[in-house]
Amino acid sequence: MPRKTYVAAIQEALAEEMRRDPRVFLIGEDVRIGVFPSTRGLHAEFGDKRVIDTPISELAVAGAGIGAAVTGLRPIVDLMFGTFLYLAFDQIANQAGAMRYMYGGQTKAPLVFMVQNGAGSSAGHHHSQAVHQFFMNMPQIKVILPSTPYDGKGLLKSAIRDDNPVLFLHSLALGGKRGDVPADEYLIPIGAADIKRAGNDVTICAVGPTVYTALSAAKTLAARGVEAEVIDLRSLSPWDKATVLESVAKTGRFVAVDESFPVCSAASEWCATVAEAAFHHLRAPVQRVANKDVPMPFSPVLEKAVLPSVADVIEAVNKTLV
Amino acid sequence: MHHQDIAVDVVVDIYTRILRIRRFEEEVARLFRQGQLPGFVHLYIGEEAVAAGVCAALTDEDTIISTHRGHGHVIAKGGDIKRMMAELFGKSTGYCKGKGGSMHIADFDIGMLGAIGIVGGGIPIAVGAGLSAWYTNSDRVSVCFFGDGAANEGSFHESLNLASALTLPVVFVCENNQYGEFTPAAKAMNIEHIADRAVGYGIPGVVANGVDALEMYRVASAAVRRARGGGGPTLIEAKTHRRGSHAEGEEAFLGGQTYRDEAETAAAQAKDPLLLLHTYVGENNILPQNQLEALDAQITIAVQEAVDAARNSPEPAVETVFEDLWL
Repeated sequence: MPRKTYVAAIQEALAEEMRRDPRVFLIGEDVRIGVFPSTRGLHAEFGDKRVIDTPISELAVAGAGIGAAVTGLRPIVDLMFGTFLYLAFDQIANQAGAMRYMYGGQTKAPLVFMVQNGAGSSAGHHHSQAVHQFFMNMPQIKVILPSTPYDGKGLLKSAIRDDNPVLFLHSLALGGKRGDVPADEYLIPIGAADIKRAGNDVTICAVGPTVYTALSAAKTLAARGVEAEVIDLRSLSPWDKATVLESVAKTGRFVAVDESFPVCSAASEWCATVAEAAFHHLRAPVQRVANKDVPMPFSPVLEKAVLPSVADVIEAVNKTLV
Repeated sequence: MHHQDIAVDVVVDIYTRILRIRRFEEEVARLFRQGQLPGFVHLYIGEEAVAAGVCAALTDEDTIISTHRGHGHVIAKGGDIKRMMAELFGKSTGYCKGKGGSMHIADFDIGMLGAIGIVGGGIPIAVGAGLSAWYTNSDRVSVCFFGDGAANEGSFHESLNLASALTLPVVFVCENNQYGEFTPAAKAMNIEHIADRAVGYGIPGVVANGVDALEMYRVASAAVRRARGGGGPTLIEAKTHRRGSHAEGEEAFLGGQTYRDEAETAAAQAKDPLLLLHTYVGENNILPQNQLEALDAQITIAVQEAVDAARNSPEPAVETVFEDLWL
């Protein structure tokens, strides 16, 4: 099976879907050059009309994507960094997610917002935040965050074919990560988790880069005879409650590892759900491992200190073992 | 008014659109006073010339985006007043099955892409509808209605610049009704004409008499022609007047405070687009008086039928809160 980088897999998904469906196009600032190389090279194949560079106007570009979607197209709106979504909040929160419902089902908005999510490149607060948890809170916005090249390609293709607004988050920290990507076409359904490591003693739920943090912790724990099950949620909204609850029923222990600001983080939601629905299976209180509750610092040393670490995960697992 | 070059059937059409909006909204005002309508209602009375004149310049395929003060735009584009009235009552037979209300009426079948309750929120979406026309090589034009208040939002700036940079077929129609909620436009900006801002985007900016529906038709027709021909966007500023409240029943939340003096309110009320066109139609023998009266009676009956139908329509079933979600 060919091995590809995370970024190359995303680029392949975009190219394949643009070839498949003439209604699919890319729009955003510098999508032609491709600041994150996931859009690079697409202009050469698809031209000015389908790879549209715009001014730096996140609100207008997000809204233009919505307007194009409700009039029959399938835009992919690239807004670069997750934090830039804050500038487009009205269009996503008030319009994109709500339009179909608000207008009584008269329309649909099949579009993908694509941004980089999270830290890892020491870029400071404005370019290092994970933003997924804000959008999990908005009704009718699908949110996905793949951790591998395989998942990235399969999920992005599903997102582009989806008839609803989807926020596709990709991780800059994982951009160079390599993995197997089949040459034949495949899709990964939105809302389906993937068990990245099986185990019977504790369930660790993670998404995006924290999947690797969880897997590293699991390796260390295995040396001590503790077998962790690591679930990569892949989709944050809707998310695969069934897989998580089934795992907790087996392990009786739950640790959520999430690169979010801790209050109302994705981890908060997962823990609340497990506490509500699987309380009688739990042998210990659920544990949350999220960012420290501070803005994102610049220094690589400080940035690392803010993010969930392998040691944090092991400590949280230890709390469930007493 | 010197509009003798505008065909008689166009004048009658515009007059009919204005009258339909007026009679619909007069009834809405009555119903609201009687406590029959939930939520907020923002009336368009006094501004009808803008929607009627502009929409008369459009084809059925052209699209519009509207605002919280949107009834007039829906009616002018050809909306069904029965489904509108039912939506205002929150009934299952409404345009949005009771999920939208007065500020969120849409009719995608007639190119009415929705009323948007956030000031300035619709402008980027209208740019997207224009982008779509450009992308598909359609000769469709996208029209965006918004108020003077929206002209001070960031979305206005981003959207006009984006539409200009990409040369999209969009007509931006700013309805300057002199008030953003309770604040006079003159206090919210230091320029006389919002249309002057067009210079900053490299597009034409046109000031129009928003009380004169035929002038609106003329100005809009030129802008639509330009957009259809690939010439890009135009900003039209329609100088108009909000005859009444920001929102019906606003006295309740103003708590005895006032924001407009009586003389100014009287002056605004004197500038009546319906009266102005009515006079023109009479003076130019466009329709005889008996036909005008018959038209009015017919519209009044249709409005009454819409109210009766809305009252007699079922409430939405509670289970429908879980409908119209993800496809």
